[in-house]
Amino acid sequence: MKLKDSLIALIVLAICLIWAFVDGNAASQGIGSAMRLMTPLLLACLAGLYSERAGVFDIGLEGKMLMAAFSAASVAYLTGSAWLGLLAGIGGSLALSLVHGLASITFRGNQLIAGVAINFLASGLTVLVGQNAFGLGGRTPALTGAGRFQPINLPFAETLRDVPVIGPIYSGLISGNTILVYVALLMVPVTWWVLFRTRFGLRLRAVGENPASVDTAGVSVTRLRYAAVAICGILCGIAGAYLATGLSAGFVKEMTAGRGFIALAALIFAKWRPWQALFATFLFGLLEAIANLYPNLDLGIITIPSMFMNALPYILTVIILAGFVGRAVPPRAGGEPYVKER
Amino acid sequence: MTAASDMMGGRSATTAPAAIELRGISKAFGPVQANRNINLNVPKGTIHGIIGENGAGKSTLMSILYGFYKPDSGQVLVNGQPISIADSQTAIRAGIGMVFQHFKLVQNFTVLENIILGVEDGALLRPSLSKARGVLKQLAAEYQLNVDPDEVIENLSVGHQQRVEILKALYRQADILILDEPTGVLTPAEADHLFRILEGLRDEGKTIILITHKLREIMDITDDVSVMRRGEMVASVKTSETSPEHLAELMVGRKVLLNVEKTPAAPAAPAAPVLEVRNLTMTDDEGVQRLRGIDLDIRAGEILGIAGVSGNGQTMLLEILGGYPPKGSKVAGEIRMNGQPLPIGGRGCDAAQRRRAGIGHIPEDRQVEGLIMDFAAWENVAFGYQDAPEFTKGMLMDNAAIKADAEAKMERFDVRPRNANLAARNFSGGNQQKIVVAREIERNPDLLLIGQPTRGVDIGAIEFIHKRIIELRDAGKAILLVSVELDEILALSDRITVMFDGRIMGERLPENTTTGELGLLMAGVTDTAHTPDDAGIPPESAHVETLPQEPA
Amino acid sequence: MDKMPKWADVILTPLISLVLAMAISALVILAIGESPVMAMKTMVEGALGSSYGWGFTLYYATNFIFTGLAVMVAYHASLFNIGGEGQAAMGGLGVALVLLYLPLPHWAIALPVAMIGAAAFGAAWAFIPAYLQAKRGSHIVITTIMFNFIAAAALNYVLVNKLRPVGSMDPASARFPESTHLPALTDIFAGLGMEWGKNTPVNVTFLIAVLACLLVWLLIWRTKLGYEIRVLGKSEPGAVYAGISPVKITVIAMLISGGLAGLMAINNVMGESERLVLNAVEGAGFIGIAVALMGRNHPFGILLAALLFGFLYQGGGELALWTSIPRELIVVIQALVILFTGALDNMVRMPLERLFLSMRRTNGGAK
Repeated sequence: MKLKDSLIALIVLAICLIWAFVDGNAASQGIGSAMRLMTPLLLACLAGLYSERAGVFDIGLEGKMLMAAFSAASVAYLTGSAWLGLLAGIGGSLALSLVHGLASITFRGNQLIAGVAINFLASGLTVLVGQNAFGLGGRTPALTGAGRFQPINLPFAETLRDVPVIGPIYSGLISGNTILVYVALLMVPVTWWVLFRTRFGLRLRAVGENPASVDTAGVSVTRLRYAAVAICGILCGIAGAYLATGLSAGFVKEMTAGRGFIALAALIFAKWRPWQALFATFLFGLLEAIANLYPNLDLGIITIPSMFMNALPYILTVIILAGFVGRAVPPRAGGEPYVKER
Repeated sequence: MTAASDMMGGRSATTAPAAIELRGISKAFGPVQANRNINLNVPKGTIHGIIGENGAGKSTLMSILYGFYKPDSGQVLVNGQPISIADSQTAIRAGIGMVFQHFKLVQNFTVLENIILGVEDGALLRPSLSKARGVLKQLAAEYQLNVDPDEVIENLSVGHQQRVEILKALYRQADILILDEPTGVLTPAEADHLFRILEGLRDEGKTIILITHKLREIMDITDDVSVMRRGEMVASVKTSETSPEHLAELMVGRKVLLNVEKTPAAPAAPAAPVLEVRNLTMTDDEGVQRLRGIDLDIRAGEILGIAGVSGNGQTMLLEILGGYPPKGSKVAGEIRMNGQPLPIGGRGCDAAQRRRAGIGHIPEDRQVEGLIMDFAAWENVAFGYQDAPEFTKGMLMDNAAIKADAEAKMERFDVRPRNANLAARNFSGGNQQKIVVAREIERNPDLLLIGQPTRGVDIGAIEFIHKRIIELRDAGKAILLVSVELDEILALSDRITVMFDGRIMGERLPENTTTGELGLLMAGVTDTAHTPDDAGIPPESAHVETLPQEPA
Repeated sequence: MDKMPKWADVILTPLISLVLAMAISALVILAIGESPVMAMKTMVEGALGSSYGWGFTLYYATNFIFTGLAVMVAYHASLFNIGGEGQAAMGGLGVALVLLYLPLPHWAIALPVAMIGAAAFGAAWAFIPAYLQAKRGSHIVITTIMFNFIAAAALNYVLVNKLRPVGSMDPASARFPESTHLPALTDIFAGLGMEWGKNTPVNVTFLIAVLACLLVWLLIWRTKLGYEIRVLGKSEPGAVYAGISPVKITVIAMLISGGLAGLMAINNVMGESERLVLNAVEGAGFIGIAVALMGRNHPFGILLAALLFGFLYQGGGELALWTSIPRELIVVIQALVILFTGALDNMVRMPLERLFLSMRRTNGGAK
């Protein structure tokens, strides 16, 4: 049981070790890049985790992130402050969460279709408004200086640099990331704690498994689900803001490029659990980093084209969904609007 | 029983305010008047039965008490205080606890987590959990409500899950406990145990409202009983001053025969049974053996009744005979129909093949299996027979022929309203069931499988359906009847077998047995001659090999 | 009793949803400082004001009919096929392989062969998600999304590394042989002595699409297979009880669905671009969702909804050409239509139901 649960972690570790052994320099560069690529995936994955654990399936993560990226980049450009951009990003994403909540909670509509609609809404609105505001065909002007989140050097990063093993890991990987990377990492234990150690978490999980149990206990299903969807919006907002103001310097049309769906895949991979979400998103970040570094990965016997590496998260998810490697059972009441029984 | 209420200071409403008083409650859903001008007075410290047919408005009334619906008019008083119950929270605060027919438990939570859900003491779980653990121990000792607080709900038997529901209400300090059809899933002995718990609660001063459609339960345990019919409260009487016949009459609004008139069976020469089942076993997808060697024979012209608490394998037996064993299950054994072996898995084992072999099937759940609720009535007449030659014309289906057939069937079975274009969901339970019965009986099958033929069906339709089943038998057909209603089994069957935990516990003739004896068999006690009738409390967890060790 | 008459549910709800979507879009146009009236005028003139406009409108509508029907057939089996995009892309690959590698002397021969190729590739791409859903319960929405991405990656690989002619920098296949080019509608009109829709891409595929609507209607409401698909869509235990194999019907419904999505390639790959290019589907697979929802999952409704979206698409192009409003306005309208007809339908329906209920009551409960 325990071994099975930590399977993804072991795979990730194995890939990193082999890579470090084969080519240390490239590995440290690649693993650092994987961490940055993981950050938006992790945030979006945890966002989905809150929503789906509460019984609201969300395939609109992509759209929420995209909207957030656009609002964050626009406001960061106009005010010159990445922090105000972050707030705007969260706001943009929350607005779409509200739409999602209205459709799937208040009006008991189809959660999946609502998600599809949100993705298109974001994809259209960002370009429509962006073109109108900046006239750059949907992109925002490049961000500079305080408009972007800058890397932070952790204490002792310089002094420890030359210590073997720990040095490169601490100074090269752990230190020197933007604040949002640390926020994302911190969200993993926080999410675990909230979910399994607090009253809110108990109710949240209950409402995703059997909303009637919560309702008959005198707790509002609607309010709980809205809370979950709102948290989802906030996390997607941070994810999008990081994309536009941390990872890159500005918004580009369709810049999420399927990351919302990879996050969804990671969520299934992680079987809706926070620690596993960290490992799954790191694995997918690693794959993307490898694809970026080696457009044609030559393994001696075969050469793997980058397209394959890009498609790998999706292929892995299908394999997981097929249940050949452990079963992914979603929250029982997921996808179903709650209707009181007569 | 009156002694207990006397101890509580008498049951008259003049000395103490009633626990619950309803004045002129009305509630309509669109054009349907679910409750009309309901008055009810439940004195403190009594067990009050509410009885009525399906759709009489019992559940709506209780939902109003629990804050699920707002009444259109009328007043609710709890302990003499007028109160407006806007939501469940208010109901809980007013001391009302509810045990629903379908439990409201989170299946993958522990007992403890379910207990504290909604009444946690703070933002963190740990203190609430340890407090609940203590309280639970106390409650268990006080009322014989033992459950392992750390067990996950899905590993508990239904009886124990029900205990968790009662504990939930008590943990919320409910003084008034409403139970909606609580015995539907219990063996008679488990039900007796429940009743003893309820009596214990009553003696401690709690007030209990028991909703049921079983007259026997009302007579056994309640102090007072109120009867509902078509949304109205037609009578409230002391249980000791009434009789089952009288209550039945009040429920239906006319005299009813509680027994079906039927002549003794005239089974065909014993040479060749229509259906032979030999050593049938089934293991489900989780590797649990659910049928453990079933042997059955049904001859032409007889009804074999299978009694048992639901969940002891009857459903699976019906599904296997019907040609569709549960997904992922492994079936072994032998089934012969008119002497020909039937495939029990793989190719050729599906419901369509079984129909061709002459097996009709009235399924247990008409809303999920027997009908497509969104389809029109006429489309449902072709359901299961969609490839019958008379319903097809070339490559297409012959909708005109299906419609004509449907209209004729609705006429013969008096389905109301007589509109074949209406979607199945717009018919009442009884009329829906008539559509299913008409479709299956009129195919004139050699063997008819019947599951719960009258569940959720009004008494008028029950009589009609029972008559048709007897007619089919008298036409020389074999019938396998599965029902959790012992009275129905006793009334219709020519032979009765009892299933418990995937086995057949024994066979009895209806004229030579009693409900008590069948109840023991239903609880897995085969030595019925030497065991008291109340010994049959089934063991704790859902699937166990051993029989109960100690009488409760 | 039903709360409101069927015609209201079928006609009023989608219409009100459309009006809502249009109204919000108008607000968006106002917000970016343009005139909604002018925008509408531009769109109508550009898409419907000339046979040229109609030629494009019908061309786009053809795509959307196929993808809309694809969503619809799966929907009746209660399967939400989001994978039309990938299936249509794969259909394109099927068309390209057939036309590039088989000697086909005339379009009348090439067309049925290419249709088989398109449908087979589209169906094949739907098969794995269908099989996994049927056999292993893998959620088809997620798997079809994943398969869209996998299809994009696969096509990218095939076009860059395999089908790209030597020396070409463009990730596209070679042009199909001249003999396989489909007659455009303008040619057919010319044959009748009329000048219509010059230089527009609409071709015989439009007629095939209309025929497909009729066939799908027959399939769903008049055949045993359609009956079985609808039964499965309403209740899986019911299907099993009725002797219908959920695995078989799930797979068949998805094969038909994928095949229909794949058939779209006849229009865009064979009829229009006459070679396989990267991202040939251009989102038509997703528009199929909006079209099916708007058309209430009925072929006739889908035909109308596809025409509407064809109009929006062509009109949107004109808008981008003549005003500062980018094409993406259409994506917003599409999103709003999906939202209102598919997810917020109760918001539209509930007040309507109340209205009809109160009307019935004031009529003294007549009927």
